Amino acid sequence: MLDTLLKDYSTVQLESVTVWFKAAEISKFPKNGGACVKYKEKQIAVFNFSRQDKWYACQNLSPEKKEMVLSRGMIGDDNGIPKIACPLHKKTFSLETGENLNGDLDPIAIYPVKIEDNFVYIGFSE
Amino acid sequence: MKTIIVVGNGMVGYKFCEKLVANEESKAFKIIVFGEEPRPAYDRVHLSEFFANQDAKALEMAPVEWYIENNIELIISERITDIQRANKKISTVKNREFSYDYLVLATGSSAFVPPIKGVEKEGVFVYRTIEDLEGMLAYAAKLKDKNPNARAAVLGGGLLGLEAGKAVMDMGLEPHIVEFAPKLMPRQLDSRSSQVLQLKLESIGLNIHLSKATNQILGEHAITGMEFGEDDVLDVEMLVISAGIRPRDELGKSCDLEMGVRGGIVVDNKMQTSDENIYAIGEVALYNQMIYGLVAPGYEMANVAVAQILGKQETLMAAEIDMSTKLKLIGVDVASFGEPFMPAAKGHSVIFENKTQHLYKRINVSLDGKKLLGGILVGDASDYNMLHQVYLNSMPIPEDPSQLILPASEGGAFGSAMDLPDNAVVCSCENVTKGQICCSVSDDGNETLKDVAQATKASTSCGGCKPMVDDLVKETLKSLGKVVKERICEHFDYSRQELYDIVKMKEIKDFDLLLDTHGTGNGCETCKPLAASLFASIFNETANKQETIQDSNDRYLANIQRNGTYSVVPRVAGGEISPKQLIAMGRIGNKYDLYTKITGGQRIVMFGAQLHELPLIWEELIAEGFETGQAYGKSLRTVKSCVGSTWCRYGLDESVSFAIEIENRYKGIRSPHKFKGGVSGCIRECAEARGKDFGFIAVEGGWNIYIGGNGGANPKHAVLLAEKVDKETAIKYADRYLMFYIRTAQPLMRTAAWLDKLEGGIDYVKDVVINDCLGIVKQLDEEMQFMVDTYKCEWTEAVENPEIRARYTHFVNSDEEDKNIEFVNLREQKMPTPWA
Ligand SMILES: Cc1cc2nc3c(=O)[nH]c(=O)nc-3n(C[C@H](O)[C@H](O)[C@H](O)COP(=O)(O)OP(=O)(O)OC[C@H]3O[C@@H](n4cnc5c(N)ncnc54)[C@H](O)[C@@H]3O)c2cc1C
Ligand code: SF4
Ligand code: SF4
Ligand code: FES
Repeated sequence: MLDTLLKDYSTVQLESVTVWFKAAEISKFPKNGGACVKYKEKQIAVFNFSRQDKWYACQNLSPEKKEMVLSRGMIGDDNGIPKIACPLHKKTFSLETGENLNGDLDPIAIYPVKIEDNFVYIGFSE
Repeated sequence: MKTIIVVGNGMVGYKFCEKLVANEESKAFKIIVFGEEPRPAYDRVHLSEFFANQDAKALEMAPVEWYIENNIELIISERITDIQRANKKISTVKNREFSYDYLVLATGSSAFVPPIKGVEKEGVFVYRTIEDLEGMLAYAAKLKDKNPNARAAVLGGGLLGLEAGKAVMDMGLEPHIVEFAPKLMPRQLDSRSSQVLQLKLESIGLNIHLSKATNQILGEHAITGMEFGEDDVLDVEMLVISAGIRPRDELGKSCDLEMGVRGGIVVDNKMQTSDENIYAIGEVALYNQMIYGLVAPGYEMANVAVAQILGKQETLMAAEIDMSTKLKLIGVDVASFGEPFMPAAKGHSVIFENKTQHLYKRINVSLDGKKLLGGILVGDASDYNMLHQVYLNSMPIPEDPSQLILPASEGGAFGSAMDLPDNAVVCSCENVTKGQICCSVSDDGNETLKDVAQATKASTSCGGCKPMVDDLVKETLKSLGKVVKERICEHFDYSRQELYDIVKMKEIKDFDLLLDTHGTGNGCETCKPLAASLFASIFNETANKQETIQDSNDRYLANIQRNGTYSVVPRVAGGEISPKQLIAMGRIGNKYDLYTKITGGQRIVMFGAQLHELPLIWEELIAEGFETGQAYGKSLRTVKSCVGSTWCRYGLDESVSFAIEIENRYKGIRSPHKFKGGVSGCIRECAEARGKDFGFIAVEGGWNIYIGGNGGANPKHAVLLAEKVDKETAIKYADRYLMFYIRTAQPLMRTAAWLDKLEGGIDYVKDVVINDCLGIVKQLDEEMQFMVDTYKCEWTEAVENPEIRARYTHFVNSDEEDKNIEFVNLREQKMPTPWA
């Protein structure tokens, strides 16, 4: 079941990155929107926060309903905190800490992103 | 100058200072406050918030400067060790002495630690001060380093224990609650509500152990487990004790003040101890032979002590103290008020229980059925404030008291907070009445919740009364004829209608530009789709253009379903479909293995398409002559029709032809919410046109037009806009009505709610649409015609444009499908696997 998938995702801090995974060209990610990247058996939602010239990545799995949908959600900010709204029931999560901003769901896992030579890289610790 | 010394700078000691300096007379006193903790008083009630941000300053009741400004000498990190009543002196740990005229003991309480063998071991904590929390955090971090699955237990399943349970869970430890009694929250809940609460807590991951007496704590230096019986052991590496409180009454004992048998310094209704110069307030004070472990009674005690010292002798502590509590606990509402249990001899109970929803409500009513005596709410405490007020003010209750707790019929059983008497205490923490709140708005000109809270202090402590205070502020503003501004969200300080005008006047067609010129921040899931809807309603822009500001359904031109797959719904105008088209749909559905069903709007929906399949499916549908049905948009859904005079022997006109014409006219138009139509061939109304946002019914001599109807959760019959008009006029009126609605409605407001809220109601709509009282019908007509003339099928646009088509892949870096989508079989079709 998908429930068991949750444990596959845990936040990676920048300091603990051991692998920078080359995901895709920048142009594949819509401006101010997201797309899903496959890394081994993981699904990672990557967001091109172009208004701020920033990139974020998190698990693609909705912690509420356990569906692979977060990359299709809408981004925005909550009092300055960049966030993602799940397309299923509009639960919002901080893209900086993963915290659920409008409820008390468990936080989602967050991954570091870097851009080099027009490519998007996601940081993993395994 | 006389001196007041306050011992203890906790919540109640602080409140005493605040109330004292608010009086002019206090200027005649020198005020000295001692606190043992290393920081000025903080909000213990919200202590758990410290885990989230570890910001002790954010919890402060007032900064150090406040004490200075108010001439209060605050001495922290210095405990008082002795009182010499004979010469009115106190001494501190640092052996300093101070003289007093009045002494106020606000020493609070400490966590009770039961004498269990081994409690002194490392890893055992209590939950009372910021230092306790810092200790827990550090210890938990250390544990998790060694063992990511470390477990922690909380001893005590009361209000505080459950809060602590949530805290250890948030620290990433596996949480266990150990309770001596056979149920959780034994003091507030009956057995059944306790069980409901337990189910809910277990569902979110708390492990609960009831009827457990702990014999000893196991481990060498540090705790490794708890032993209940011979073979009954729970392995845990950390323990938080939350087994009740003990008043910190040692000063009272050592100077021989009258004490309670089980502790606490005895006070009368003036808050005076057995020494008339010494007062005791808060959790150290024993009043009516009780210690009150809540802030509200503590604050009231502070108020009484201030009044008594300043000579206002008529202010006394009430004989009965309200112990009602509502705590928001781990996303579970729990509240209990008045007499929660009540023996059968005193009254009747009405109980509503639904374990599947983790819901339990109980109210206790007097034998004559006239008064509410108390109750318990678990799972949904939204009615708590109102019920609590009804109880406090002995207000009349409905003849059938079950109405008070049954899922509310429209408007709820008790109307608005404005019905409360003026002297009803709305905020019990700060003792603010309904009258004071309303006056703060009407007389002092405060217009927002924030201003009123600042002026009256209402809702600034536990915050439980906030919704009610908010209601009162809004209702009072309304009664003064002031509009309560409906702001879209934090990014746009405009109502939808204002933004509509801006977009239209300034011809802004780009979300980023709109945000840069008229908003702040980066937008959100509220304002983005709203702006998208405006661009569509004004410029007839399809959802393909600015796809990332669309709701997910619009972005992919399909409805996302339970398992992340999508549904496909082609337009079948008026519900008329040829056998040839049916065969085509059947073939395509079969090819892509889709689940098919007839919708309520007389068309066919195919479920279970994966993202990458959508353009393929639509390409084939379009080749067969179909177009998008826009089932995903806030736009026209369907126009339902009966067969009318074409086939029906009662029919007065051709309802199918009219429905097809009108559906094709309005297709693609985006609006504040979805809208639907219906056309019936006679008043037998087989198409249920009056259950739609607009409906036409053929009558002798023409068509009747009805507007503002609705099915769904709040069914509403549409009302008559015009009678016996010809078809052209009928269309014209409908055009204008819809455009007027699109311009003026709030976001996500159906026509029924819009009409309901519209000042002047249906008569006003008639005036605008038929009599042109605003002089805008020409504009409305043109706007509608523009929409009709510029319609494009979004799916045709999408499959023809490679760039748009490229959006339909699950992964950007792989062509693989999402392997996590699972289906099961049902009645020979596929279905998503049920949600757990
Ligand atoms: C985690 C938690 C959650 C809570 N939640 C709620 C809630 O939701 N609703 C509610 O109503 N109540 C709640 N409470 C209870 C509420 O916090 C107390 O009722 C309130 O703090 C009592 O205030 P007090 O001033 O009497 O005692 P305290 O706040 O304990 O203050 C007493 C102070 O005096 C100091 N002191 C003691 N002896 C001396 C001495 N000899 N010399 C100098 N200083 C001394 C102590 O160090 C302490 O700082 C909660 C309590 C906790 C711990
Ligand atoms: S509404 Fe009238 S015309 Fe239409 S099907 Fe029913 S009876 Fe016939
Ligand atoms: S009635 Fe409820 S469950 Fe059924 S389709 Fe509508 S929203 Fe879904
Ligand atoms: S009732 Fe606690 S703040 Fe109003």
